[in-house]
Amino acid sequence: MLSLYTDARARFALAAVLTVMQASSALAHGWAGERFFPATILTDDPFVADEISLPQVSLQPPAPDASQLTNIEIDLLGALRTMGQYQLFIDGPHQALGLLGLNVTWGHTGRAAVGAPNFTTLSPTFDFGKGFGDIPRSLTFLRPFAITGNLGFDFPTQATTAGVPNPNNFSYGFAFEYSFPYLECCVKDVGLRAPFNQLIPPVEVAFTTPISRAPANQTIGTIQPGIIWAGSYFQIGAEAIIPANRLTGHGYGGVVQLHFYLDDLFPRSIGKPVSEWW
Amino acid sequence: MDRLIMTFVVGVLALGASPGSQAHAFLDHASPPVGSSVPAAPPVVTLWFTQDLEPAFSSVTVTNEAGQRVDLGKAQIPPGSPAEVQIGLKPLAGGTYLVSWHVVSVDTHPTEGTFTFEIKP
Repeated sequence: MLSLYTDARARFALAAVLTVMQASSALAHGWAGERFFPATILTDDPFVADEISLPQVSLQPPAPDASQLTNIEIDLLGALRTMGQYQLFIDGPHQALGLLGLNVTWGHTGRAAVGAPNFTTLSPTFDFGKGFGDIPRSLTFLRPFAITGNLGFDFPTQATTAGVPNPNNFSYGFAFEYSFPYLECCVKDVGLRAPFNQLIPPVEVAFTTPISRAPANQTIGTIQPGIIWAGSYFQIGAEAIIPANRLTGHGYGGVVQLHFYLDDLFPRSIGKPVSEWW
Repeated sequence: MDRLIMTFVVGVLALGASPGSQAHAFLDHASPPVGSSVPAAPPVVTLWFTQDLEPAFSSVTVTNEAGQRVDLGKAQIPPGSPAEVQIGLKPLAGGTYLVSWHVVSVDTHPTEGTFTFEIKP
């Protein structure tokens, strides 16, 4: 089964995050200069971060065969996933970030009942982000916009499972977001106060295209408009799930996620990158 | 399982509220307000943040349209208001001014930002 949540679903956690980053607390999650980027729900984030989603609840749109899936995803129950990440650059003045990653979803490490695979998948990724705060100040209400995105491949180490092929996939996704925190802090105080000045409405899109061991034209994807409230230690997000084509499904679904910033909650222990543990 | 999850969440939230954990300082509001137009020159710029600040590593500058500093030097954190920072200003004429701030919350998380305000006599 193809998964649209390959990147976002398993933001595991605790000992599973093998983070490779430069040793500086200034690179804590989600910041490029004066821009804060929230953790997006569907697509991966362009920054090294220690974070955990607990839980993520989704109601998938009805599939083409009219079946509909309700997921209560808890990072700790799925397959063990490790993320080796390197922050290529953070350009503060231009609010730009780039990140290379190698994600590994380990076979035989999760509960098959919640969809954990019995084979390992290697997923090299490139993630990026760009805030538009550096455009001319005269374009006042465009400056809070930002875009993040990711490009990646999935390479299963097992060609088939019970006779069903495990295709190599090309995955790509983007998140377009409008930051009320940025509007209030750095553009114009329009009078929003908590909790409304902490809202970041995103529209996310993500697609997965098999590139081998699958028939042509098997691209699936979703479009997910929603809202994220970002606090100091955690964020809450909700998005509608709209199939991007008939192969993905029809009708609508939704997802709600509670997401914790471990590097802010536990800055001196598990919130630190592994490279700073010693 | 539900009880286990709830226990974990409550535990995390409790730890998050403990004095040992802090977070990045967001700008809550400012005077003059961010992006505002004011009729008279303010004698001081005041910024209020969402977290307590580390005075030694927090700074504010104010510059005019020519890039010249028009503030009076070192920013101050008033006694008893650890999440507030102020900087005095020279007498200002009409025009647009840029406020640049860089603050460090008490747990060493840095944040920065800029905004403008305009004096329209």
